[in-house]
Amino acid sequence: MLKPFDHIGIGVAFSPNLKANLYETARLSIFLKAKLFLIHVGEKSADKEEKLKTFLTPFIAENLDYEFVFKDGDPVDVILSSSEEKKIDLLILGALQRENFVNYYVGSIARKITRKAKCSVLLLIKPSVECISCEHVVVNGLQDPRTKKTISSAFFISKQLGASRITIVEEIGQKQVAVKVDDDKSLRRATIAKEILRRKEDSRVQRIISDIPETYKEHITIKTQPIFGKRGYSIGHYAQVARADLLIMNAPSNTTFWDRLFPHDIEHILTELPTDVLIIR
Amino acid sequence: MSPKKNNIKQFFSDLPKNIFSGFVVSLIALPLGLGLAMASDAPAISGVITAIIGGVLVSIIGGSYVTITGPGNGLVGVLLVAITALGINDAYAAIICSGALLIVLGFLRLGKLADFFPSSAIQGMLAAIGLIILGKQFHIMLAHKINRPETMDYLLAIPYTINDAIHYRSSGLIYAASIGVLSFMIMVFYPKIRNKYLQLIPAPMWIVILSIGFSYYFEFVAHEANPIDANYMLSGIPDINQIISQLPSISFSKIGQSSFWSSVLALTLIASIESLLSIKAVDKLDPEKRRSNVNKDLKALGLATVGSGFLGGLNVVTVIARSSVNVNNGASNRSANFFHALFLIIFIGLFSTQLTRIPLPALMAILVFTGYKLASPDIVKKIFSIGREQLVIFFVTLIVTLKVGLITGIASGVFVTFIIHVFINKSFSLFARNLLKPNVLMYREDESAGNYYVSVKHFCSFLNFYKLKQKLDAIAEDNEVIVDFSLCEFVDHTVMENLHNYQELFAKRGGNFEVVGLDMHGTDSKHPFALRRVLPIPSLLTNLTNRQTTIEELAKDFSLSYVAAKEKNTTFLQDFVFFKTKQINHIYNKLSNETGSLGVFDIEFSEGEFIAKEVVRTTMLHIQLEEEICTFTLDREGFLERIYAFAGYKDIPIQNHSDFSKRFYLLGENSTAIKNFFTDDLVHFFESNPYYHVESNGCSLLVFGKERLASVKEIKALYDFGKRLKEVILD
Repeated sequence: MLKPFDHIGIGVAFSPNLKANLYETARLSIFLKAKLFLIHVGEKSADKEEKLKTFLTPFIAENLDYEFVFKDGDPVDVILSSSEEKKIDLLILGALQRENFVNYYVGSIARKITRKAKCSVLLLIKPSVECISCEHVVVNGLQDPRTKKTISSAFFISKQLGASRITIVEEIGQKQVAVKVDDDKSLRRATIAKEILRRKEDSRVQRIISDIPETYKEHITIKTQPIFGKRGYSIGHYAQVARADLLIMNAPSNTTFWDRLFPHDIEHILTELPTDVLIIR
Repeated sequence: MSPKKNNIKQFFSDLPKNIFSGFVVSLIALPLGLGLAMASDAPAISGVITAIIGGVLVSIIGGSYVTITGPGNGLVGVLLVAITALGINDAYAAIICSGALLIVLGFLRLGKLADFFPSSAIQGMLAAIGLIILGKQFHIMLAHKINRPETMDYLLAIPYTINDAIHYRSSGLIYAASIGVLSFMIMVFYPKIRNKYLQLIPAPMWIVILSIGFSYYFEFVAHEANPIDANYMLSGIPDINQIISQLPSISFSKIGQSSFWSSVLALTLIASIESLLSIKAVDKLDPEKRRSNVNKDLKALGLATVGSGFLGGLNVVTVIARSSVNVNNGASNRSANFFHALFLIIFIGLFSTQLTRIPLPALMAILVFTGYKLASPDIVKKIFSIGREQLVIFFVTLIVTLKVGLITGIASGVFVTFIIHVFINKSFSLFARNLLKPNVLMYREDESAGNYYVSVKHFCSFLNFYKLKQKLDAIAEDNEVIVDFSLCEFVDHTVMENLHNYQELFAKRGGNFEVVGLDMHGTDSKHPFALRRVLPIPSLLTNLTNRQTTIEELAKDFSLSYVAAKEKNTTFLQDFVFFKTKQINHIYNKLSNETGSLGVFDIEFSEGEFIAKEVVRTTMLHIQLEEEICTFTLDREGFLERIYAFAGYKDIPIQNHSDFSKRFYLLGENSTAIKNFFTDDLVHFFESNPYYHVESNGCSLLVFGKERLASVKEIKALYDFGKRLKEVILD
């Protein structure tokens, strides 16, 4: 299996969260054995560089490979263009917290980047200076050509982060169950139809799992969970209920103006992050 | 599923029962049909026509099983307005159009329409309809016909009518009024008399029989003219030939006017709400526990309404009172509805002349009673006990309906409910931001017997209840369902009431429906249906949730002690490895035996600190042992394995029990002591029982299942497991 991430990028702004963000990313880069690019929107200055370096000191000791990128301009453009230049394959963005401290959401700049980025994106809801272990990974198992890559990346990451549980969630849309429930008879038909769908989905996911090398499956409990619900939204809700530490999802096909008005798939997750979310491209 | 029954044979063997209950229902339908039609200012016979057409058509093409269809009391108010504004011939056209709209609703699968209205607003609307009926008919009951422009004026005139009635001088009026009062007494006291011969005939029919008998007495025995004033006798009952030959002329001339269409809309709205609510209620009564196809029924009702309108009848709706009589008399399928219509045809065919012997006050007494039932002070009391805010919704709907009209009334009820919800939560954005989100997650938990787990986020009120309902309706009622509201900030009364209905339905059909996660939500009243929202600082809980009261009952049954309040002293849990990295906040809902050695409790603990803090609520069992044992943890999935590995524990195989070793991770420091401790009996116990995580700290055991709050049924299982485990260990 290929190592999915070689170059990790993070946009740095000198905010109160900077230390936590840097620690989290640096740790991840070491875990994934990847090079870290720190992209700052603004003038290059020795002062800034020095400040960032002090934060990174403990990780430099652990042989962290890193590079600074300074560029002036519109934050969205800068981050997108530099990640293309530097061949970044994983971009890390921080989420914001709602006033009531319960919900997290992705801010407008990060949201634009998430939509337009050509590489994978990791949205962090609560970066911390301390290392918090990742136990439970939830990944989508949609019927989609990209799912295979997503699931194998999930196994790779779980292995690197030492997660012990992977749950593959198969979301089955209401429309796929062709039977509408009106009375006992149609309920019975719908239940049978769902059972057939569930088995079909399950065997598809099992085939994907069987293609993954054994070494990545060692010491990991694999579970599949079919859910009949709205695509992209119910998986977030599930991750919250199942208290997942990381949610890994396919990238959306393409988002237009209408998708934002009538949110679906990934857009739901962006307004309401259940946990850390990794979007694989 | 049971094998397919021989349907035709079953149908014929059930036929006598259905004919009988159809007969009993027709006895009520006849006087009610006449009365409701007259109350709507339509010709008396139109009510009976409605029942006949409805009974025949809906019984053939409908989608429900034991419902009865006919003229509904909810529609009286709207029909009255329509007929006054448009005239009877154009009103028929409006009825036909509303029938067509109902068919459209059926095809658009809008059977869920009734779910969008807050229950207190519906109650308020029904009460207003009750007052409209009562206000108008009360005067006729006391033989004092009056004409007032507004419904309120009719109500305000009631004391004057009573005063006038006491001072009547004309004997015709005195007789008429006393027949009215007597009939009203029969309606009131009939349910209180328990006599099986008397109960054979329903109260309205007693009134009809007695008043016809009264008139015959004067004619044949006393040889006098009927003493009741001729103005107060039922008139204009055509015989069956006249009905067929003299179809009303239907006029579509006002179709361009807005008043026509507002009547059509009101008729459709009320007809569908009344029918849907009745179908829902009757489904709960169905002895065979079938689920009605509401959309199919709506189409059938619409078609019947169109037919009824063309033949000079009114809107056909499903009616709750007659349907419950139908069920009580042993009806088992739609044929009862058909026979009720058939008997009505026979009555009209044979006795149409006798019907003119019924005095109007007697008929109106039946309606006054129905109106009173809809608006009785009991309803107000019940609503008040749920919460003050519900009373506001109720009265706003009631008064606006009386003052302005039904559609404005129900709309203002919906509006006020929403405003109150926003006010209670002090947040508009909670609703605005989350209204369109699919906030309900349902899946099957695979580990146990496959129960359904439903989690609801954000808020759940009448605005988005249909989403939850859609999920719940996709579950057969003999399953186990757990609905979890711990992620939900606000749950309203409409939802609580509907969930209660589901609970009853599941209980009746052999399933189990439990609601968890509401223990931290605050309420203002003690009623189980009161609306609940998450309190920032949970105060002392005054209103126990349904789950808590059931646990309380459980405690009584097993003679355990139960404390719902939070307990901060949790030192007895500190030694467990599981809590090493976790901060215990408190335990609550504690159930324990006399010695306190066995206890089940809900626990709230948090993982991580500061911003990474995550609060978890779950249910655990604690067993205090008298003797020292070794420390160990027993786990199946192995996902906790790593944490314990930190603590220096390793997996220990038990000899001769390879299956056990394969299925469980047994971890501990002192492997020889653990091997000795796990005797054959203990291993067999674990192998043959449902899986739980078990952990020992040397002198006590901690047992728990899932990382969420347990349902009462799961609490019972957990407690039983612990009790037996303790016995096995002590042996």
